[in-house]
Amino acid sequence: MRVGLFIPCYMDAFEPEVGIATLELLERLGCSVEYPVDQTCCGQPMTNTGCHKEAAGTEALFVKNFIGYDYIVAPSGSCVHQVRVNMTAIEQTPEVRALRERTFELTEFLHDILDVREFPWARFPHKIGLHYNCNSLRGINLASPTEIKTACFSKPRTLLEKVPGVEFVEPARWDECCGFGGTFSVFEPAVSVKMGQDKVSDHSRAGAEYIVSADSSCLLHQKGCARHMGNPIKFMHIARILNGAVA
Amino acid sequence: MSGVESTPGQTARVLHPEVIGSRFEGARDAEGSPLVHAEGTSKPIRARTPHEPQPRGARDRGNLPVDQVEAAERFIAATEHEKAHDERLWDMRLRRDRAAHALPEWEDMRALASQIKEHALTHLDSYLCQFEAAAKANGVVVHWAADAAEHNRIVHRLLTDRGVKTLIKSKSMLTDECGFRAYMAGMGIEVIETDLGERIQQLDHEEPAHVVGPAIHKTREDVAEVFARNLGSDPNDTDIPHLASVQREATRPFILKAEAGMTGCNFAVAETGTVVVCTSEGNADLSANTPPLHIASIGIEKIIPRFEHLAVFLRLLARNAIGTPMTQYTSHFRAPRAGAEMHFVIVDNGRSERLGMKDFWTSLKCIRCGACMNTCPVYRRSGGLSYGATYSGPIGIILDPTLNRKKYSSLPFSSTLNGSCTNVCPVKINIHEQIFAWRKVMSEEHRLPVVKSEMMKVLGYVLSRPALYRAALAAADEALRLLPHFVLADPLNTWTSKGRDMPAAPPQTFHAWWREHRPQSRGHP
Repeated sequence: MRVGLFIPCYMDAFEPEVGIATLELLERLGCSVEYPVDQTCCGQPMTNTGCHKEAAGTEALFVKNFIGYDYIVAPSGSCVHQVRVNMTAIEQTPEVRALRERTFELTEFLHDILDVREFPWARFPHKIGLHYNCNSLRGINLASPTEIKTACFSKPRTLLEKVPGVEFVEPARWDECCGFGGTFSVFEPAVSVKMGQDKVSDHSRAGAEYIVSADSSCLLHQKGCARHMGNPIKFMHIARILNGAVA
Repeated sequence: MSGVESTPGQTARVLHPEVIGSRFEGARDAEGSPLVHAEGTSKPIRARTPHEPQPRGARDRGNLPVDQVEAAERFIAATEHEKAHDERLWDMRLRRDRAAHALPEWEDMRALASQIKEHALTHLDSYLCQFEAAAKANGVVVHWAADAAEHNRIVHRLLTDRGVKTLIKSKSMLTDECGFRAYMAGMGIEVIETDLGERIQQLDHEEPAHVVGPAIHKTREDVAEVFARNLGSDPNDTDIPHLASVQREATRPFILKAEAGMTGCNFAVAETGTVVVCTSEGNADLSANTPPLHIASIGIEKIIPRFEHLAVFLRLLARNAIGTPMTQYTSHFRAPRAGAEMHFVIVDNGRSERLGMKDFWTSLKCIRCGACMNTCPVYRRSGGLSYGATYSGPIGIILDPTLNRKKYSSLPFSSTLNGSCTNVCPVKINIHEQIFAWRKVMSEEHRLPVVKSEMMKVLGYVLSRPALYRAALAAADEALRLLPHFVLADPLNTWTSKGRDMPAAPPQTFHAWWREHRPQSRGHP
């Protein structure tokens, strides 16, 4: 199984260890993983700002880089949501449509495609609060959100439950947006920061040592808010825990 | 401690335990038992004293784009108001969840309601004619208004023809949309709002901040201050039943003397010609049934085909809005009382045009429950008045641009696109997808601020050229490499200016790590 690894631009720039953990984890699970070195971004910053025309070149580059793989996997549900749902600035040839459909977020890939039942190398004896990126939650359905009356499920949680030592805490508003919102974080900073501070406080009050998420973008924002508040809570991407990070 | 009452906040998991009042503060009946209606079961919330001045809404910039960001920042700076507002609306959201999830058929009802509305909207011409014919047969006079101005003129003529000097009315978003009160004030006709929240807003010269709770952004101290200023009551008496009675005593004489009454319309039933109005206070009945003239303003999208369809919408509306099985009052108006007149004014005001918009026509399904506002994390922290429009929150973001494209061009960006609004919508409007689509429209029509559109051009250019992108990243010093590109390109440095730190710099990018550790990699399949 040949997997093309997509490392989102912000993760490439400031959280390379998540990319490394994702790579190592997929290789441990038997995947043949390549990182196309000419990749840049999924186009979401432009598309989410309404600038679809400006996203077309970036989308075309994404397709060029990833067209030949069996699966494209990214440790970011937000970027996968962009690819699967909103990558429409370029011509929708059958090849483009097929590529978009076989692009997966890491935890759904582990859960739905590889059907991983155990992580024998992992152990994480800490209290964690799970944070869901909104595109991951309500866009590509990594878990059941509170608004909808449906059977409860969570792919990230199901995976973490297989890691010895993990103890989940329950924040009051576990699926409320943290206020990152891509360019929203820059253009509406007061609301964005207030939401981030509230999110961090909610997890702290619930007793979390770590806020854990399948998306680094939210964590980057929350971490910035926490540090400014003087809150020592820690942050970790789920890929690192599943790959056996100790703390 | 007896164990009956614990410290506020300990019993519930909330974000702002400090604003949760004693549970004995909730509404009580004469014997002291807790009331079980919507207000009675809501969480008692009070901002801490001393009294913080109420933050006001978006500044008037004429026809320039609303600066929601600036107004939101002022709302957040009023920390007591922001916390109480956030906690109050979140409580409404939780009560909605409990009421909705108690019904096994909830999701089926949402689908059914959506289908009924889509059917009605795609057959609107025939259902409107059917409604008109049925209403006429019932003895109702029916008027058609193409826009807000015509609506106001029609109502004004009805009033002047009958020598009406005082009009009482129940809450209607449509009349707010038409600028009705301001128009009537200019014509010398006194308009008295009978809905408590709407009356508070009228006395305070503010627009409604929320479609269901017009004054929900105000604390009880704010209301006491407004009433003291306008009605002469004690500014320090912030007891809610007392405040409600102050308004009631002041308004009842107007109800008795008014020569005309006005209501909005929640549902207009085509087959029977019935107008159905839902209220918590029974004020629609007072407004319609006390004076000899009842005028109902009806948006064309309020049509539902059959009487039995009401069952679906009434079960959804109150549960989704305030978490109760029904509204306190569900009033059906079908024919004038003996010796009295009933007039329906059916209003378009841009709705036909909206109906023709491929990406946005389903916004006409909205039944004004306000659930999208309650769940919206941006709305809860900004206040409804920050949107500077009749309709605020997620539904406002997608409705307002159809009324004024330029003025409301900035609103689609006051969202994180988190999608919670879409999930709570009782008629399944894809609200966040329409917000996303409006951003595209605003970009294509060159309505984005220059800083934003230029930033996106640069980003699009660099991100589509790998060599240039890598060169740009390498050239940036460590501090600049810390943040995503849209932050790098941020000339205002807003990432850190509002209380957010930058994370520590990693030694190398993933790209560089891969090059170092997997030098044999071909980089393609």
